[in-house]
Amino acid sequence: MAAIFSGAPPQGGPGYSFNQTPRTAPSGLRQHHGFYPYTDNGGSTLGISGADFTILAGDTRSTSGYNINTRYAPKLFKIGGEGPDNKNARIVLSVVGFAADGDALKERLDTIVKMYKYQHGKEMSVAACAQRLSHILYNKRFFPYYVHAILGGLDEEGRGALYSYDPVGSYEREQCRAAGAAASLIMPFLDNQVNFKNQYEPGSGTGHDLQAKVAAPLPRDTVEELVRDAFTSAVERHIEVGDGLQMMIITRDGIQETLTPLKQD
Amino acid sequence: MFRNNYDNDSITFSPQGRIFQVEYAQEAVKQGSVVVGVVSKTHAVLAAIKRNAEDLSSYQKKIIPIDSHYGIALAGLASDARVLSNFMKQQSLSSRLTYDRAIPISEITMRIADRAQANTQQYGKRPYGVGLLIAGVDQKGPHLFEFQPSGVTQEMIACGIGARSQMARTYLERHLDGFEGASREELIKHALRALKESLSQDKELTVDNTSVGVGGIGENFTLYEGQDVAGWLDATFENKEDAGEGEGQGEGGEAMETDS
Amino acid sequence: MNHLPQAWGRPRDDVYGAYDHSHFQTQLPNQHTQSPIVTGTSVVAAKFKDGVVIAADNLASYGSLARFTDVKRLRKFNDEVVVGFGGDVSDMQYLDRLLNSLDIRENYSNNENPLHAKNLHTYLAKVMYKRRSDFDPLWNHLLVTGLDGEKKPFLASVDLLGTTFSSPTLATGFGAHLAQPILRRTIPDEDAVANVSQEEAVKLVQECMKVLFYRDARSMDKYSIAVITTSGVELKQDEKLENQSWAFAERIRGYGTQVN
Repeated sequence: MAAIFSGAPPQGGPGYSFNQTPRTAPSGLRQHHGFYPYTDNGGSTLGISGADFTILAGDTRSTSGYNINTRYAPKLFKIGGEGPDNKNARIVLSVVGFAADGDALKERLDTIVKMYKYQHGKEMSVAACAQRLSHILYNKRFFPYYVHAILGGLDEEGRGALYSYDPVGSYEREQCRAAGAAASLIMPFLDNQVNFKNQYEPGSGTGHDLQAKVAAPLPRDTVEELVRDAFTSAVERHIEVGDGLQMMIITRDGIQETLTPLKQD
Repeated sequence: MFRNNYDNDSITFSPQGRIFQVEYAQEAVKQGSVVVGVVSKTHAVLAAIKRNAEDLSSYQKKIIPIDSHYGIALAGLASDARVLSNFMKQQSLSSRLTYDRAIPISEITMRIADRAQANTQQYGKRPYGVGLLIAGVDQKGPHLFEFQPSGVTQEMIACGIGARSQMARTYLERHLDGFEGASREELIKHALRALKESLSQDKELTVDNTSVGVGGIGENFTLYEGQDVAGWLDATFENKEDAGEGEGQGEGGEAMETDS
Repeated sequence: MNHLPQAWGRPRDDVYGAYDHSHFQTQLPNQHTQSPIVTGTSVVAAKFKDGVVIAADNLASYGSLARFTDVKRLRKFNDEVVVGFGGDVSDMQYLDRLLNSLDIRENYSNNENPLHAKNLHTYLAKVMYKRRSDFDPLWNHLLVTGLDGEKKPFLASVDLLGTTFSSPTLATGFGAHLAQPILRRTIPDEDAVANVSQEEAVKLVQECMKVLFYRDARSMDKYSIAVITTSGVELKQDEKLENQSWAFAERIRGYGTQVN
């Protein structure tokens, strides 16, 4: 199986010119699979949790290499609730990476959460859903869902809950997380602005005397502004990010969804 | 005592061409408390009487919403109904997943009918001891189907199954012409009145023992119980004299006994 | 002669090398498609005010050889769905048979709820994703066009990995590079669709086919084009690109030897 994941997609098929026709038999016993089952559809997602809300956001561009597949392919999905439009859902999943795996993962989790409600007569908690998602990913670790998932909602005390995952199911509850193509651009910004990394109390001294600014949950409008700033900046510096910004804000009143334009270049 | 030689399994015909085990299963349906269903051009309504085994116990589940567009009402063995409803839930979700389509009501009815039929043709199987009313809305509007343990299914305009359901059916037959054009509220009233007909004299429809399921065009199938049905009960049985049918007395919300 | 009867009738090892027994093996590993063999090139499609237009040429190439010149790559599914295939032709023919059996199955069970374009797209996406997950991909890129459940124009794509996306204009293969920018100039977003008439959309797609014929070496001037509206599918499979001229090439500056 390891061979499958090692290289770039191979160039197979009949040659485009007779000159390119291989003259020697391929070396090795048998050529193994010439098919690479993954691709990267670009884009970025991010999530921030507050005292009584969680915000998830993602751009809506889908790419294949330098091509834009579409300017609107949502990466945020409501999980659970009623019916195909997930009415009254309280959990949001964001997936970025290989979109087909992302869709498959979303549908599996959604089905599980809906079956949970059918069988138990109550909504699944975010913590339970988060652990279940980890198991789904881990169970497929030898042929992973090639996605970076972020799950958001409100915990049983009504506080914002945010869980982030790697493709094979490691997960952690966090204050904030950026994922996808521009994760390396957005995450340091979030570290600084949400968790106040490298920020100190003014006038607290120098060197070891410096007092680190203590992180506290941010108010909702501040967080929304941070999300917008993060994405407008990412759009400038990353070609796979752009077109539209989809946000879902989970509060005790439900999920509020917004879509705002981003640059299309 | 007379011993019937042709009822030891559910796959052997009697010389008269009957399959006794299937008929016994149909008797099990008649033991269950009554459920009725009615459809109009816009809505499909299910109504049911819930029993509680004893005063201290909870009431049965009679109406189960399966998917957002339809639900079922059951009469007979609740455990058999649960198996069927789990199957229907899975089939409905799978239709949504593979085709992004709400499963047509006729389709899901056919699928459980095929399962029930298989039980009457394979040795060692037992027929389902439950009858179902399947009601909801699909692309072609509201539908009501009746399902029997024999695997027979029929599309109905109105239907009642379960204990003393003949009375309910008589009511429904008498008011057949009014259903098609009925409004949502009128249809629910018809369903509740039909239900009432099937009750014995000393029994009442109360918020505790009545379940109503409503689906409609642009309206998800929803189950109403407890205080949610109080308004309909009041509205339906206050004007019973005007409507000229039913003779139930308002003796208060006394819990029902089991009639099986 | 060799004294061992097992060796009789076989090539001598000392002359021909050790005998290769591999062809005796009855259980060969499953052969999966490693690469496409006979291929079709781009498919282009665009939504307009009250429908969708889709086109693909009639060529099937074997590498650089223009092998079959009368291969129809648009497939009408029913009165409101057309699927366009790019990529391997044998896999296309397999999908064609698959769609045929689906259609027959659907027509047996219910006539009232025909699958619409969205249903079919979801179904094909599941098929393609399943096959890629089995490491046995169907080497195609499909465009599914037609009308959705609300009779609105629908256009979406599925590729060999099961990746799906939808857009007011789409093009597969070479068309994604050459045709998509031309299509997006007229139909940049979903709002623009309402301002495009059927005639404009058809002309636009024909223009794309012409550009693709000029610049895509694996294309030809015979093509199929389909228009799907509420009044049905209008599929033409023997269209010819007219009035081609390289006259514009004279005005192209900035390439090759002349720089200005």
